[in-house]
Amino acid sequence: MSPAKAPRTISRKGKVSRIARAKQRKKPSAKPSVGGEADFLARAWTMEVEAAERYAMLADAMHEHNNLGVAELFRKLARIEQLHADRILEENLSKHAPALPPGGFRWDGGEGPETADPGELHYRMQPYHALQIALTSEKRAQKFFADLARNAAQATVRKAAQEMAEDEAEHVRLIEEWLKRTPPPERDWERDPDPPAQSD
Amino acid sequence: MEPRVTTAVASAPVTAQAFKSDTKPIWCPGCGDYSVLSSISKALAMLGLRPENVAVVSGIGCSSRIPAYTTCYGLHGVHGRALAAATGLKTARPDLTVLVAGGDGDGYSIGGNHFLHACRRNVDLTYIVMDNHVYGMTKGQPSPTTEPDWDSKLSPGGTGLRTFHPLVIALAAGANFIARAFSGDPNGTADILADAIRTPGFSFVEVLSPCVTFRPEQREWKKQVRPAPVATTDDPARAARRIITDDGFNIGVLYKGNRKPYRASVDRATKPLTDLESDFVI
Amino acid sequence: MTDGRSRSAGTPGVSLALTGSGGTGVMTAGNILLEAAAQAGWYGLMVRSSGPQIRGGEAAALMRFSADPIECLDDRFDALIGLDWQNIHRFADEIPLDAASIVVGDPDQGTTPEIFAKLGPIQAGVPFKQMAKAIPGSWPNMIVLGVAAAFVGLPADAVKSVVRKSHRGEALAASLAAVDAGLAAGRALPAMRRVPPPGRGETPRWLISGNEAAGYGALRGGVRFVAAYPITPATEMLEWLAPALSQLGGALVQAEDELASINMIVGASFGGVPALTATSGPGLALMTEALGLAVAAEVPIVVVDVMRGGPSTGIPAKSEQGDINIAVSGLHGDAPRVVVAPNSVADCLIATQWAVHLAETMQVPAIVLSDQFLGQARAVVDRPADVSFNTERSTAPAGADAYKRYALTESGISPMAIPGTPGVPYTAEGLVHNERGVPSSQSRDHALQLDKRERKLRLHDYGAHWAEVEGEGDIAVITFGSCTGPVREALARAEETGVRARMVSIRLLSPVQPERLAKALEGVKRVLVVEQNHSGQFHRYLRADYELPGSVRSLRRPGPLPIRPDEIYREVIEWSRA
Repeated sequence: MSPAKAPRTISRKGKVSRIARAKQRKKPSAKPSVGGEADFLARAWTMEVEAAERYAMLADAMHEHNNLGVAELFRKLARIEQLHADRILEENLSKHAPALPPGGFRWDGGEGPETADPGELHYRMQPYHALQIALTSEKRAQKFFADLARNAAQATVRKAAQEMAEDEAEHVRLIEEWLKRTPPPERDWERDPDPPAQSD
Repeated sequence: MEPRVTTAVASAPVTAQAFKSDTKPIWCPGCGDYSVLSSISKALAMLGLRPENVAVVSGIGCSSRIPAYTTCYGLHGVHGRALAAATGLKTARPDLTVLVAGGDGDGYSIGGNHFLHACRRNVDLTYIVMDNHVYGMTKGQPSPTTEPDWDSKLSPGGTGLRTFHPLVIALAAGANFIARAFSGDPNGTADILADAIRTPGFSFVEVLSPCVTFRPEQREWKKQVRPAPVATTDDPARAARRIITDDGFNIGVLYKGNRKPYRASVDRATKPLTDLESDFVI
Repeated sequence: MTDGRSRSAGTPGVSLALTGSGGTGVMTAGNILLEAAAQAGWYGLMVRSSGPQIRGGEAAALMRFSADPIECLDDRFDALIGLDWQNIHRFADEIPLDAASIVVGDPDQGTTPEIFAKLGPIQAGVPFKQMAKAIPGSWPNMIVLGVAAAFVGLPADAVKSVVRKSHRGEALAASLAAVDAGLAAGRALPAMRRVPPPGRGETPRWLISGNEAAGYGALRGGVRFVAAYPITPATEMLEWLAPALSQLGGALVQAEDELASINMIVGASFGGVPALTATSGPGLALMTEALGLAVAAEVPIVVVDVMRGGPSTGIPAKSEQGDINIAVSGLHGDAPRVVVAPNSVADCLIATQWAVHLAETMQVPAIVLSDQFLGQARAVVDRPADVSFNTERSTAPAGADAYKRYALTESGISPMAIPGTPGVPYTAEGLVHNERGVPSSQSRDHALQLDKRERKLRLHDYGAHWAEVEGEGDIAVITFGSCTGPVREALARAEETGVRARMVSIRLLSPVQPERLAKALEGVKRVLVVEQNHSGQFHRYLRADYELPGSVRSLRRPGPLPIRPDEIYREVIEWSRA
């Protein structure tokens, strides 16, 4: 092919060219693609840190709206995620926070897999709801690592991802246990007979 | 005007988290604006900007509270006039990165006139409207983007009015960059915002940001939004055809033009002050 | 209007505050209590206070009940009942307590906050949450409702009949059971205060807010076009007017901003339809240019300014009397207009109706200077008397002669042609104009038209409505608006200790009435001016255009805290002895 022209993947007869097919085979089908082991570990660490920051933000939002029980729960989750981040740092990254691309990592499909969605909050939510949010986050994280464990290009990354996936599976189990100990939401948990207030 | 260019001290790049201040937002839990705040922080970090070189100018409303939640310089001004204040700021201080933020009521209703002229003037600003189709702060009146059949106390049975189409207006008035984002996709929004800020001229980003208190049905938005099916264009006519038939849920950069940004000030004095006396000397 | 007699101090009644956060339903409990009190034949007043959050914030219902009419909050609260103490420090200075007060909290929510405990009140605990849990389907705020009702001595039937209005089925049974449990707990509390049972032959009464009263007053006055732009704390008036106008065959248009609102009502009124808008300080500031247009073009309009904390964005949900300057003097050029200030929740009705009358009669803008306290307080009031001003705009009949819209009549009021009337077309004009309305820059025309517009306001007979003048004595307290209630109460107390002072609460702030005030102040040697702002705007207004006899003192404080009867009382007593 002439280098001046962009490669044509579809031949004039509408068939995908041989070259294009070969290129497609080489690409790993996992998303997102990660680089080598260092990049993977930096991502794993970032996931935990971003999750911790997000839980802290959720805790603040609930505290500002006088839902102290849930605020405390989110703070606990933030501490737990920070502990996970610290452990990744200690065990794998020789205690130095990795250099990140400006603005942090790019994640496929939104934010980090373990980062909770702030749109799921309700000012009257109960601890059970908060734990459900945490459970969803942990399961997403587990799936992320499990996918990488299967599909990552490098063997070292696949191995590390497998370990992380197992860790996340444990976290999932712990949240599930926590949920069992937590009373289900009361009927009418959303109810607030007072009208909204004005401020500005 | 001699711009006072700050020489940044060489230091580690600022993280997204460092763009968020300690002031806790009073937004209702579940409000889309929390995600928009995260997206703005991420975009500014991605661009390698420093908080002291960024100013956030806002009006009045829930989303207009955002400047205090960042570590940037902020101006929480009067209702509907943020674009005017931002125009003044950016023209006097072209070295700053100026973001303008507010809601649909503040921006399209009382701010409508200034919106037209900001698009036309093409000052290098990035205007972020957190659109939730309602006046939230004053407890639930229709805004220009509210559906005509939405019942409210102030307009029982609905306004019956055709909604305001901000992207169409922006294009017609000359905006150089027009995009729509969704708070439910914070990374995508961060990308769009970074693009908007990076692009010189007036960049308009309408962010769909649900109001969990007065428009709880907007939880369905996450099922209704879609990536815009066509690539960005720099052809206004093509953009016009797309935008005028747009249903309000296409996400992405819909138009990116090539207009030169407005620049009023001259950097340096070319003559001494006293030269002006020659007009009066007999 | 009142009959001008000096009120007796009456009973101070009972004051209580209910607080709670995070959606605990404190406002709902307060509203039920207020309605129950109304049904039981009491008077009542309720004011809301809340944090900056739109939902789930900390909230307080500040309430007062009595067998006599109530126009303001008392100096102190007899009881503070807290579902929880979240962020209570935000309200602490709005809930003055002392050693005779009682604080009732839920022991599971912690001890009484120090900010209250240090004032030495009696403290008691009622486990609201636990008690509610013991009654499946019930809520802690219903327990609080019962406790509060018992505390003030409200008949249980009245409370329950109100609860029945808003609850059904199982929820109703649970709520009633919760109220009963609360009543029992409340009766067991120490330091019970009771409101004396109401006397017989009660007048018919209303439960209403100042904003609603103003809205209704506008409609009674004949307003049939309203332009609306939402702004705290005026929005409720506009939201109340929206369905009302469609019932009456009028129209409400939501404007894009206040510049549009004011120009819309100028347009509607030019078309012959009495028109009004409602706003607050920031909106009024935007409206000033077109208010001037209405003055110059002689188009009647009414703008209700529900004053809030200023300047600029200020404190949107709190009261302050800071807009005298802008209302009375804030237009460019010489632009006389009418400013009317209601002095109580009920007075918002007649004051607004009167403002419409004055605007329509004299073809001039009228500003109604209400405030957040009056506008958003809900009160049980005597049904305001039906007053008809026989309002009629002077209009020009169909004609063939050259019509002079701005004819130099003796009264200063010139007939206004309504579009659709043949033979008398004219262009309403903001430029200086001659009698025909044709723009003119001649000094003669300018002077004559300025005289005309000044004359029409000066020659109008405002009658007794211009102020409430009550009492006798050589000390006079001059005030306006929501300070009237505290002043009245203070002077009633003073009278009981043998100190006589008179009150002048001015309702007509503009045009000024120096002769009437001079007459009201005959024999006065000391004048106390009471107002709720920082710089003494009302004091300066009085000094500018009125003769104030003897020595003058200013008692003033900016919002958000109301000026209380005791502060005024002590000032008057102290001065009377000096």
